[in-house]
Formats: sequence, C-alpha cells, structure tokens
Amino acid sequence: MQIELQQIHKRFGDVHVLQGIDLKVDAGTIHGLVGENGAGKSTLMKILTGYLSRSSGEILIEGRRADYTNPAAAAGLGIGMLYQEPQDFPPLTVLDNFIVGRDSHPDNDRGRQQQRLSELGAQVHFQLNGSSILGSLTVGERQQLEFLRLLGRNARLLILDEPTTGISDRQKERLFTALRLIRDQGRTILLVSHKLEEIAALCDRVTILRHGRVAGEETAPFHIPRLLELMFDQAPESFLQTDRHLPGERLICFENVSASGERTGLKACSCRIYQGEVVGLAGLSGSGQGLFLRLAAALQQPLQGSIRFHDSPLAGQDHRAVRKMGGCFLPANRLEEGLITGFSLVDHFTLARGCSRNDAWTEATAAISRFNIRATPNSPAESLSGGNQQRLLLSLIPETASLVLLENPTRGLDVASAKWVWDYLRGHFRNQGALIFSSAELEEIMAVADRILVFFDGRVVRDLPIDQVDYQDVASAMTGN
Amino acid sequence: MSDLSLSILLASVLATAAPLIIAALGETLTEKAGVINLSLDGSLLLSAMVAFMVAYESGSVTLGFAAAAATAAAIAALVGIFGIYLGQLQVAVGFALTLMCKDLAYFLGNPYSRLQGPQLISMKIPGLADIPLIGPVLFQQPLAVYLSLLLIPLVWWYLYRTGRGLELRAVGENPEAAYTRGIDPRRKQLLYTLAGGALVGIAGAAFSLGIKPGWGRPQGIEGIGWIALAIVIFGGWHPLKVALGALLFALLQVIGISAQGIWPSIPAQVFQVAPFPLMILALLVVNLLQRETIRHWLQQRPGLALLAAQLHGAPPRALGQSFKPD
Amino acid sequence: MKRHLFDTLLILTISLLFTSLLVTVVGASPADAFHHLLNGSFGSWSKFSRVLNVWIPLTLCSLGLLYAFRTGLWNIGVEGQMLLGAIGTAGVMRLGVDSASPLLFLLLALISGALLGALWALLAGWLKTRGGVHEIFAGLGLNFVAMGIILWLIFGPWKRPGIASMSGTEPFPRELWFPTLEGWRVSPFALTLAVTGILFTAWILNHSRFGLKLKAVGHNPRAVPLYGLSAQTYMLIAIVISGALAGLAGGLQVSSIYHRLIPAISSGYGYLGLLVVMLANFKLLPIPFIALFFAALNVGSIQLPMMMQLDSSLSGVIQGACVLSALLVFGLRRLKAGAKS
Repeated sequence: MQIELQQIHKRFGDVHVLQGIDLKVDAGTIHGLVGENGAGKSTLMKILTGYLSRSSGEILIEGRRADYTNPAAAAGLGIGMLYQEPQDFPPLTVLDNFIVGRDSHPDNDRGRQQQRLSELGAQVHFQLNGSSILGSLTVGERQQLEFLRLLGRNARLLILDEPTTGISDRQKERLFTALRLIRDQGRTILLVSHKLEEIAALCDRVTILRHGRVAGEETAPFHIPRLLELMFDQAPESFLQTDRHLPGERLICFENVSASGERTGLKACSCRIYQGEVVGLAGLSGSGQGLFLRLAAALQQPLQGSIRFHDSPLAGQDHRAVRKMGGCFLPANRLEEGLITGFSLVDHFTLARGCSRNDAWTEATAAISRFNIRATPNSPAESLSGGNQQRLLLSLIPETASLVLLENPTRGLDVASAKWVWDYLRGHFRNQGALIFSSAELEEIMAVADRILVFFDGRVVRDLPIDQVDYQDVASAMTGN
Repeated sequence: MSDLSLSILLASVLATAAPLIIAALGETLTEKAGVINLSLDGSLLLSAMVAFMVAYESGSVTLGFAAAAATAAAIAALVGIFGIYLGQLQVAVGFALTLMCKDLAYFLGNPYSRLQGPQLISMKIPGLADIPLIGPVLFQQPLAVYLSLLLIPLVWWYLYRTGRGLELRAVGENPEAAYTRGIDPRRKQLLYTLAGGALVGIAGAAFSLGIKPGWGRPQGIEGIGWIALAIVIFGGWHPLKVALGALLFALLQVIGISAQGIWPSIPAQVFQVAPFPLMILALLVVNLLQRETIRHWLQQRPGLALLAAQLHGAPPRALGQSFKPD
Repeated sequence: MKRHLFDTLLILTISLLFTSLLVTVVGASPADAFHHLLNGSFGSWSKFSRVLNVWIPLTLCSLGLLYAFRTGLWNIGVEGQMLLGAIGTAGVMRLGVDSASPLLFLLLALISGALLGALWALLAGWLKTRGGVHEIFAGLGLNFVAMGIILWLIFGPWKRPGIASMSGTEPFPRELWFPTLEGWRVSPFALTLAVTGILFTAWILNHSRFGLKLKAVGHNPRAVPLYGLSAQTYMLIAIVISGALAGLAGGLQVSSIYHRLIPAISSGYGYLGLLVVMLANFKLLPIPFIALFFAALNVGSIQLPMMMQLDSSLSGVIQGACVLSALLVFGLRRLKAGAKS
C-alpha cells in the first residue's frame, strides 16, 4: 500500500511540533524514519495512526485522500502499528489476544481463528502456542503475536516503533526475516528507530527528521556518518566557559549495578563520580539515564551490584537517607513526580524546608524574584507553565546540597533561561558537590559538562572527560555504533 | 446420619446457595468488565422487597421476579452512570446506594411486614426425583435452584467461549487497548453493570419468594450482599470458583445451624463471618505472589505453592477505574 | 462561595423533592412527615439532647474519616473500629464495676477504647501498605470480623447471667455512667470531647505542617519522597488517628449512652460518618452541621412509626438521597469544567 504525507503540520498551542512534513512511502518497501529526541517522530506516528489530528496537510493512501479521526478507523484502512508498550491483554491467552477486537471482520469461531494463527505464524516463522497466557511470554513473543494479529487484520502498512528494544538477538533476527517476507508480499513497512545499524540493514529508504522538519532522505546503501550528520546539529560553540575543575573526593560509586526499569534496564554499570564534577548523561531517551539517576537517588533499588554515596552503601535505604546526606533529585515529569498538585509555592517551601509558613512565604517570595518564576506565592503548582514549574523545582533544591541529580533540567526553557540555570547550578553546587544530569540535547551536555557518560541500550558505552570527546563519535555511540 | 437427613442437608445447602450463586455470578460479570457495584447488599434487600410487594399485589410470582430484576438493574444503572460517565468513584456511589436502598426497602416495605404471599414451589422432575439420595437433592427444588445451577455453566461458557465474553474480559483488563481495537469500553461496562444488576434482582426475588419467604424488618438476608462481594473476590473472579465459594458458604451456614445443637461452644458467628477473613487472605495472596522474594520462597514449598495457586486470581486490572477516551 | 451556596440549595431541593415523592407514594403527607421529623428532634430539650447524643459519636467518626481521606484512604473499616472501641471500653469498665474510683475507670475505659480502635485501624492499614490489600476490602472484612467478636462476647464470655440475648451485656451500675446535667441526658464531658475534636482537627488539618504533609501524601504519593516523606508512614498514621476517634466514639456509646455492650452498639454511625464526609465534599467546616442534620433526622424519625405508621428508615432514605444528589451535582460540575477546557 502506497502512502503519502503532504505538508503535515501539527501545533500544540504555540508550539509548532511538525513544520511541513512530506513523506512518500512506496508499496512493498521498508522505509525508515530516524531522528533525535524531540524531532517529531512520535507525533507524526500518532497522526498517521489516528490518535492525533493534524493541524494541516494531507494524507494520501493509494493516491486518494484519507480522513480518519480515530485509531479504529485507521485500522480499517489497513494501517497497523506495533507500539513500544504492548497494547494487549496479559491475563488472556494468546489466542484470545489474537481474536479480540472490532478493528476488522470479527470471526468468533475459535477453531478457525486458531488455524489462521498457525498459518500466519508459519508464513513468517513465528512459533506461538495459542493457549499460553500472554503475560507469561517474553516481550519479543508478545510483539510477534501483535505482528501476526496485524497481518491477520490485513494491515497493509505496518508501522514499527523501536521494535528491537528489549528483545533478544534471536528474536530480532526472526523479526527482520518476517519483515523482509511481508515486504516481498507487497506490504509496506515504516520503521521508526534510533538504531542506525538496524536501519541500514533493513531499509530501502530512510527519512531523517530534525526539529520537526525533514532534514533529508537517503536511499540504500546508506552512509552512516551522512545519516548522523543529518540527524544531529553540528557541534555548537560552547556557550559557557568550561573551566576545568579538579575533582575532589569520591561522592557516588556504582559497582557492577544492574537494575530493571525504563525499557532497557541498566546493565553492569560501574562508575565513580567525584566532587566538583558536572556529569552529563547522554543518550536517546529511555536508554537508562533516568534509571541511573533514580538509583543514585535511592528512589529505586538495584537488582545486582552496589551503590555508595559518601562511602555509605545505599542498599536497603530509601531516598530520605540520600536527602539527609545531601542528595537531591529533580524528575523530568515535574507535575507527576516532582510537585504536588493543589499546593501553592508557599506550601511547597513549607514542606521542603520544614519551616513555618511565614518563613516559607519569605522563601517563596525570594525564590520568585531570584529564579524569575512567573507566579505568586499562592499560585497552585499546576497553574504554572512547564518552564516555571522547572524553575520552582530548581528553587526548591536545598542550599547545602552536595549531589544534585537532574533529569532534563532545562526542558521547556528558552536559551537565556537555560544559560541562567546552568550559571546558577554550576556556581552554587559545584564547589560543595557534584551535578549529574541527563539531557535530550547533546549540545547542552557538550557545552556544560566536565564529563560525559553515553548510554545506549542500558549500558554506558562511553565515559570520557569532555575535552577528549568528539561530537560525531558521541552521536554515533548514542545510536549504537 | 441417615440417608434421609443427609439428603435434606444437601438439598438445603443447594437451596441456601441458590440466590447467593445468582448474585455472585451477576457481580462477577460486572467486575470482570471493570466495574465494582458496592450497592449489592442494599440492592438485594430492595429487590427482595419489591419482588414480594409486586407478587403480593398481583398474585404473580413471575411479575415479582421481573420487577425485582428491573429494580436492581436500575440501581446498578445509577452506579454505572455516576461512575462511568460522571467521573464519580464507583465505590462512593455504590456505598451511598447500598445504605439508601436498605432504608428504602424498609420504608417502602413497611406495610408488607409479616404477610403471607405467593411463593415458588418445589418443582419435582418426575422420574429423576425418585433416585435415592441425589433425587430429592437435585430434582425436587424450587425453580430458583435450577436457575442458579444452570447459570454456572452458562456464565462460564459466555465468558470463555463467546466473542462477546472475550470483549467483556478485554475491557476489564485493558480498556485503553480495547478502545484502540474499536471496542467502546464505556458502553460495554454499562451493559454488564445492568446485566449483573438484573441477576442480583433475581437473587433478591429468589429470597423473598422462596428461600426466605415474605418480608420483615429485619428480613434475614442482611449482609448477604457483602458476602457475595467477598465470594467474588475469594473466587478469583472465575465463575466456577465463585459458585464453589457460594456453595461452601451455604454448607457452612447449614452445618452451623445444625451443629449448634451438637457443639454449642463453637459460636455460630464463626460461620457467619468466615467468608471475610478468607477474602482478605485471598487478596493478600494475590499481592504477595507478585513479589519476587515470596515466589522464590514458595518454590521450595510445593504444597503451599499449590494452595496459593488455587487462591490466586488476580482482579481485572481496570477494576474500579473510570476509562476516559481522550 | 456563591457557587457553593447554589449547589447546597440544589442538593437540598432535589433530596426534598425525592423524599416528598416517596412519602406521597406510600400514601402519607410530606408536610406531616417533615413536621414530625422536626418536632421529634427539636421539639423539646429532652429530644434535642437525644440529637446531641447522636451528634457526638457521629461527629467524632466523621472527623476521624477526614484524616484518612486526606491521605487518599477510604477507611470503610470505621464501623469495625467503633465496635472494637466499644469492646475495649466495655472490657475495662467491667473491671471497674466495684471500684472505689469509677471516674478513673471511665477515663481509662475511654482511652482503651480509642486504643483498640486505633489498633484495628492499624491492622487494616498494614494490610494495605504491606500486603497491598485495598483498604475498602480490608476494612469491610474487618468490620464483619469485629461484628463476630462482639456477638461472641455477648453470647459467650460476657453474657448476662442466666440468659444470653440480643439485649446485650449486663448493664453497668450508675456509678459507671458519665455524669449528665440536670434534665439533660447528654454528658457534658462527651460534648466537650466532640467540640475539642473539631477544633483540634481544624487546627491540625488546616494549619499544621503535619496536616500539610497528609495532604501532600493524598495529592501525590509518588512525589512525596522528594520532600523527605514516606507515603506509607503517613497513611498509617492517618488511619490510626481515624481508628482512635472511631474507637472513642464507640467507647462513648457504651459509657454514656447505652451503658452496656449491645450488638448494634455502633448504631451504624461509622457508615453514616462516611456519608457525612462525602456530603461535606471532604471539607471540615460543613461536617458538624451535616452531622447535626443527620442526627436530627435519625432522632426525629423515631416518631414516624407511632405518628404516621411510617417506618423510621425514612431518615436513612433522606440521608442517602442527599449524598446521591450531591454526587450528581458534583459530577455535573466536573463534566461542565471538563467540557470547557
């Protein structure tokens, strides 16, 4: 099935997320879609599968305009998507999961459906037992079932979103074989991935997105450096003086730590962070950076290995112990994980500082002016814009913190504000401790950090001081090379 | 014990269990779809009263049953609409309703206290009822008992062997995914809330027009609704286990009454409250089994592991939450 | 403020209309019914003191529930906590039957009632935080177990000499009754307790740091570790306070109202308290007034069987109708707010 996107725009309020995307995918091809975090990939996919409406532009299927407004309608037109998070029913059996749904002709004869399942499975070499409980299957197998289900629903365009995350190498090979098989049958596949090697191995064409626009289109065979060039901005001028600091005592120590969480977990991570360091965690989102930060904050416990903070082991401790020792964590999901809905700024300061309301009022007023927070002391947290919520979180960091862990700290802030934030953070906390932060913007890390840890697929693949880092090398490490 | 008294014992167990089975199976359908109908206790009382009232006034038992089903379905509809469409907590609405329906039943039923009304009579199936021992137990019972026994395989078959039953289960497990697949979770949830409610009404009628005939204050079935809720949980939301739980409870009740004569020192209260600690235990087991350390510990004790597996029946994942399509 | 007033009037109107319809359907006059309800509760000092006797334990239970709701917990187990409080109080009072310092025993009895209620609540709390059992089911289950324990006591170890019956245990001697003022049947001590409870709760929940912490746990249990709080710890503290207040209420039922232990010692005030708090939309200020309203309904409806051949459960119907109307009005407001955004 041939599909064409013409000048797709998408605005969320003032934010212009997709700025005129043109994409043409021919039938019987595997087409790749790559881009950094925030490039617009997932928004585009949500529009294509009917979850979001487009602000303007056209979608053409087989040359004819298609206007659909919900996922079921998209499915009816032959568009099927394999999500990163499985959209299935774990307590039900494999066969049940295969059958249930109104997104195509329902057939309630279990015998016939079982046969279909077996036939489709044989076609693409997937072995699945119809009576197993879905929840007992591995992620890869659940993905295989969804694949078969979409085939059974006559999906002619199959969209796969980061399909190889969390599956074994053997399952990956099986998946690739299956994709090639159905491509040769004439179906169309859109592969969204940040793993350039896989893109190179599978795709016939690749579209590169950057900042909501199409940065380029390439045909196989691919030249990976060229793809990287199109994906990432050029190495920028650093906007801050990276005055090198000599590291002091050992602050945080990870010894062969493995943990589960995010999509990839964290595998056999060992590293030491010293006082005075500003460490940037680079990597595409969900590669383990968030987990690293939460482990250091003792918000989560590792499955294996040990973590020491100020030389005390964190095993069996929770975040309160870390706080007492001077640690502090700022999550990326500000409202869900960091702030209290319904609480005003004064309330937050009362809670955070453990002081009287009057003192909290003073602190809140001071924070508003110092951090330029667009709010009054009585404004409820949820009424603040994203950027101001971030400033509030920053203002709540205790003055005496010796380890500040930040997840995407300048998300939603403009360049000037981001600069101010880094001036504040580095100026204040570097002398008395360390800063560890994750960021979706590689340029930010390059400009601000003393040291960089690159995460890919749950492992730290690079651990270098900033002056030994080559931008292209880091970018390529982030994508698995 | 002689043949005859064993027969009578078993027959009364089936009779006692019948309304409980019907109500619990109804609630199983509702909860499998993700809705919890906490108004069960009050609803049972109110529909029992309505059944008696209508049957008394009209002389027709059938009409009584129909009215009861309609009443309980209407109560359930309130839980459904408030919970599913008005964004209120299902447990809040259900709780308020259970109290109000109880009082409503007493209030409206006042003039019908201690009256004699039409009843379901034992239906004897000719031939089969003459089989020694099991004959009178299984084939000489009021219609309600046959209905309850029939419901068990029916509900099982509907849930696990039909397409609609599959959709019902899917909605209760993952309404978002069901929505993605073109199913309307909210409509389904409302539908099964009503269906479950209707069954509860029939159970209520089975009481006041059969097992515990008539009306009074107290009527004698106070608390049965809570027991039905407990049994649904204890039975792991599976119709066969739920029915078994109901039969077990009925057995305990019947034994409790007759054992009082033999062992007066064992308080009857033990039998009355038994379902509830069991319900808590079942929930505890479900949650503990989700922990790695416990699973590891159990692996070394296969006997306990088997027992735990029987008690294990996880609730429908979306139970009690409202689904909002965005 | 204006919106609250409008909503309150709307709720009252809907409930009154519903009730009037109901009364008409059974062939009686709504005006008469309301007249008797009013007269039966406010018609004389003696009747009003009965209302106060209901208001006191009802308010205490409702206050306790507010603590639990602040942390997001539905403490349906409040009934069982009241029962355990009654048991604890009765137990200690039994020890003090022939003592020389009855007042001391009364005070100790109340304290042990609060303690037992708190412990019963702690059990439900543990089942929730350590065992993952939802507090609604743990609470419900424990309610029935508590009921079983009371029945066992009344028909077993604590039964009246000679006959064990539903009329409860042997009544306590007058020395072990909380003293009341001339003509009133209300114990001023109990009244003071209730009022103190209101003031104390108002201060704690709305003006103390502890109250702020409870609220934080209720609003966002995921974020509170970042502020040095353990959500589980505060949930346990809240439910224990809830149980203590319920236990106190149960103890007052035994020591100043019924003067013995009966199966229905809770009079359903635990569950009724939940209705009070729901109608108050989980805020403190309306609670004493709603509780007074509910108490008046309960006491006033006693007249109905005698005067109008109506069952006294009409009060329960009105109370339930109020809560349901409130849920309807709140729900519609939410829909309206949702449609706007």
